[in-house]
Amino acid sequence: MDRIAQAFARARSENRACFVAYLCAGDPDLETSISACRAVLENGVDVLELGVPFSDPLADGLTNQLAAQRALESGMTAARVFELVRRIREFSQVPIVFYTYYNLVFANGVENYVRLAREAGVDGLLTLDLPPEEAGEVVAACGKHDMKTVFIVAPTTPNARLPIITAAATGFIYYVSREGVTGVRDQVAANIPEAVARIKAVAKNLPVVVGFGISTRAHVTEVAAHADGVVIGSALVNCIRDNLSQRERIAPALAAKAADFALGVGR
Amino acid sequence: MSNASVPKIDRFSLPDAGGHFGVYGGVYVPETLMTALQELEQAYEAAKNDPQFQAELKHHLKEFAGRPTELYFAERLTNHVGGAKIYLKREDLLHTGAHKINNALAQVLLARRMGKKRIIAETGAGQHGVATAAACAKFGLECVVYMGAVDMERQSLNVFRMRLMGAEVRAVDAGQKTLKEAVNEALRDWVTNVRNTHYVLGTAYGPHPYPKMVRDFHRVIGLEAKEQIRAREGRLPDELIACVGGGSNAIGLFFEFLEDTEIRMTGVEAGGRGIRRGEHAARFAGGRLGVLQGCKTFLLQDSDGQIEPTHSVSAGLDYAAVGPEHAFYHERGRIEFAYATDDEVLAAFQLCSRLEGIIPALESTHALAYALKRAKELPKEKIIIASLSGRGDKDVQQVQAMLAAKTGGK
Repeated sequence: MDRIAQAFARARSENRACFVAYLCAGDPDLETSISACRAVLENGVDVLELGVPFSDPLADGLTNQLAAQRALESGMTAARVFELVRRIREFSQVPIVFYTYYNLVFANGVENYVRLAREAGVDGLLTLDLPPEEAGEVVAACGKHDMKTVFIVAPTTPNARLPIITAAATGFIYYVSREGVTGVRDQVAANIPEAVARIKAVAKNLPVVVGFGISTRAHVTEVAAHADGVVIGSALVNCIRDNLSQRERIAPALAAKAADFALGVGR
Repeated sequence: MSNASVPKIDRFSLPDAGGHFGVYGGVYVPETLMTALQELEQAYEAAKNDPQFQAELKHHLKEFAGRPTELYFAERLTNHVGGAKIYLKREDLLHTGAHKINNALAQVLLARRMGKKRIIAETGAGQHGVATAAACAKFGLECVVYMGAVDMERQSLNVFRMRLMGAEVRAVDAGQKTLKEAVNEALRDWVTNVRNTHYVLGTAYGPHPYPKMVRDFHRVIGLEAKEQIRAREGRLPDELIACVGGGSNAIGLFFEFLEDTEIRMTGVEAGGRGIRRGEHAARFAGGRLGVLQGCKTFLLQDSDGQIEPTHSVSAGLDYAAVGPEHAFYHERGRIEFAYATDDEVLAAFQLCSRLEGIIPALESTHALAYALKRAKELPKEKIIIASLSGRGDKDVQQVQAMLAAKTGGK
């Protein structure tokens, strides 16, 4: 069983949801980012979603836009993102999923990128601006190199599209719980149980994780009752943003935050 | 030039059902927008085939926008250059000052038909924003326009015009604070408010169906020009020239002539301060294939695929990507691409103002600068049509400052 499937199987056996943490690779710089990833990975994270910083993150809210900007300004490149993954693999076998934009995957050849990412230790690929209709090359390359694919379902996705999306996904389905961009919200979207059930009816054995706007432990518990995984992004990235002037505080702040969220995934 | 190597062109065969022009185009957006784009495509196709919609559009294009526009023989520019005849397609005479109203008006009518009450748009130079604001004012729709903070500064007159017409102009402070960032922000708004909002995208760019739909709404430029030049000269022109940011005025003029392969067509990009990283927006001179803001096309990007900064004297051409249909016909060798530098544009801007009494938009002046160059190379019996896509009222303050800087303030 691959690392992604193992993580979901383990959570299921413990009657809880997976804790999926999002951090931007290289935010605010490579070394701090490694310690930031270590901090969350040592505090209950089951799947690490690594944002690959892009100049034009059109699906992201301000928190993640600024994180990507910090990473790029600190000198993150494709090569350094792969280096970050290799360094994480020295201390952790938690599945890592790239959360990225298609031009970064496409720029030097899709198969080449997938192969390099896989060699570095990446387990899955989620490309925000790549609907399944355009994903043939990515799906084929991921199949060839044993990389799992992750695709998004949105509240606006009609049932007729679900088979197209679930057919392209091999890792899990990411349900975006609301229309909009990433970011902290006061409340969790109301209709998550129905949406997850709607996807599961078509997705069969694929896990369904829920993200976008989930930012407190109470939110996590609410969503964990229905989903196989809960994604926390901006709320973690804010721990970095709030400690930029004293970067040694970032890892402890993230550790405490992650530990708190991890208490919320039980059912 | 010989077009012997160009395979036969069927201009209506593209894009395919998925929005592809060969390898270019397509739909590269977050899942949240997929259904909205499919609904838009269906609504557009239905409207296109609905005589009532077409009649309504034609009516407003005439009475509100001021179509048809003249095809004007630029006699003094022609004499000055001493070569081919230069005709200008006067889209600058349209209401709100540029060709942009053709598309803005049509999309706003379409949005009404779709029952969308809220309109958003991006704008670079402000011409598309002004056109959208005007159409929304006319039909009583809420209008929000995203504009880079740098563009708001250099096109402050257009910001005021939009606000006068009741639009809310939102400054975008991310990145380079120009058109690309405004598009990102408009897309973020659309993802958030997709159920009640229509995004009036302003150029022949983005995810399907925009490149096709915007092209179709500007086809009127070429349809008129073809008829006008026949009436005037009894024949078709030898060359067509238009500036290309996203490429809407260019594809609007070119489309009707694509199959007349003896006619040379040139899109003129922004050469800025020269073809060096961050100094220009000439995608065919310094770019390569990539995916940005909804479609696959030529992009200015670094080796990792990060989008590179751009520069142009004209906010409307200051953009890292080009419309997919242009990329396709570039690859096919049907549309050629050149660029004009900021300095060439500044010179042509003054020349056209002085000799013709027409102050062109800085964007359109790129086409003009290249047309002057080409006319000089061609004999007097040849005919060039250049698209004067917009008027330069919005640019006079900026040009004044630039000229003052050049002459040391004297």
